[in-house]
Amino acid sequence: MGYPKLKEIRQTILEMVHRANVSHVGSAFSVVDILYTLYFKVASISPSNIFDPSRDIIILSKGHSSAALYSVLYHRGYLSQEAVDNYSLDNGSLPCHIDKDKSPFFEASTGSLGHGLSIGVGRALAKKMDTRSGTVYVICGDGEINEGSVWEAIMFAATYKLDNLTLIVDYNKLQAFGKTNEVISQTNLEERFKVFGWDSCSVDGHNLQVLEQVLRPDCKLKTKDKPFVIIANTIKGKGVSFMENKLEWHYKSPNDEQLKLALQEIEDKY
Amino acid sequence: MRRIIINTLIELAERDKDIVLITPDMGFSVLEPFFEKFPNRSINVGIAEQNAISIASGLALSGKKPYVYSIIPFLIERSFEQVKLDVSYMNTNVKLIGVGAGFTYGSAGATHHATEDIAVMRALPNMIVCCPGDNNEASEIIRLSILNDKPMYIRVGRHNRGIFNHKSLQIGKATIIEEGVDIAIISTSNMLPDAAYYCKQLQQQGRRPYLVSMHTIKPLDTTIIKELIDKCEEIQTMEEHSIIGGLGSAVAEVIAESGKGIKFRRIGVCDQYSHYVGSQKYIKKQFGLYYGED
Repeated sequence: MGYPKLKEIRQTILEMVHRANVSHVGSAFSVVDILYTLYFKVASISPSNIFDPSRDIIILSKGHSSAALYSVLYHRGYLSQEAVDNYSLDNGSLPCHIDKDKSPFFEASTGSLGHGLSIGVGRALAKKMDTRSGTVYVICGDGEINEGSVWEAIMFAATYKLDNLTLIVDYNKLQAFGKTNEVISQTNLEERFKVFGWDSCSVDGHNLQVLEQVLRPDCKLKTKDKPFVIIANTIKGKGVSFMENKLEWHYKSPNDEQLKLALQEIEDKY
Repeated sequence: MRRIIINTLIELAERDKDIVLITPDMGFSVLEPFFEKFPNRSINVGIAEQNAISIASGLALSGKKPYVYSIIPFLIERSFEQVKLDVSYMNTNVKLIGVGAGFTYGSAGATHHATEDIAVMRALPNMIVCCPGDNNEASEIIRLSILNDKPMYIRVGRHNRGIFNHKSLQIGKATIIEEGVDIAIISTSNMLPDAAYYCKQLQQQGRRPYLVSMHTIKPLDTTIIKELIDKCEEIQTMEEHSIIGGLGSAVAEVIAESGKGIKFRRIGVCDQYSHYVGSQKYIKKQFGLYYGED
């Protein structure tokens, strides 16, 4: 099977947010296929190289979707079951928003939006200064792109020709109060990045084959001297019919019955 | 003071190739010697302070030793959440050099003044807060800054009033510039020359003041404050900063928890902005913060 653990990763996310009774399951499901492709298929990151400055670096800037990161890392073998079982519980080690101190695999503490891209820029710049290899991947939400600091980083990355930096926008089209393009219009994100000097493309953010192609460092859409953005068209709550494209699942945690239904849907689909 | 700091930083950067200087487009006619000497380690991020701080954090996470330079309100207040999360919370080795302590940029107006910065910066866990009061203290603090890998805020004024502290420094250890008997004047940052003149006035009145330079606000030298509580009848603090949350508050906290009473006075800016037009000296005079021969 080409994509092992995909089912289990989604099921673990459901169990985590249910047990802890916390929000953001919809965001976790929109970004999880991107994280899966990075950690299982593309990125050079493992316990043996996690302190190597030439490794790839992944920063989940939309820190509220941490459950997806934790589940992916757990099923990859980089986080313990105990850590995942105690997610967001008293005396646990994994909070709702990422705390860098909890694991060397967490490259930055995130949860306040609009920080991750600038931190990623700093890390990409350090690689350039020391002529080290490795790609820096930053994942932002589409709502997060509202933040002015993101655009400061976008302009800087193009000026400093950071072609070792790849941004993935988890374009699930929903943010806290409703549809992203109704809250703040940012249609044509792909073109906006282009005019800011980036290479950009739009893909289906749940098509694993396509994600793997565009996330690979040798992706043909990338050119020398330009940072690269992938606008990943995603579905909030992807994989559970009653969660998909529903704003309420930015906030709600599944109850016992919803959990059962959701787990079964995932079981059947993946 | 700004030139002393950059020259000291150049000396350090000659020996340590990980030092990087970042500016959000500030420091024209000051930073150029560093830029010319180390073009690959000089980064002007443009007028984008939030980005400057987070890039510095990213560089530090990759083992670099970034120093970010700008005018205080823009450096740490515009970008406060970046300072809090990406520097303080993540405990990254980022050094923040803020110029324009107090009313240094007097005629520029309150947009460029810094009279709350000590209060906010000393509230941040992991953060070292240093406020040099003359050029000797400034170069000493820059020299010492490279020896630790902690987040650090260095509050810089403009000082052309001479050297008052001739001693070598230790971060977190106040300097007793003059021994006294009955009263202690504890000064920080820009107020060091004023404190020295103020002590002369007190001497003329028959008092015998200690003159203490509290160049490090955090970690605070509580030992010396406790000693002064025991030895003196009165303590006064002097800062070109709000009396809320700065040096005066920090010393008051130590006095309050010492279980001993002592006459105490905070000299500083009394919870207001300057709407005065004029030089640093003029504005200091309006707030009763100028002591000198003229």
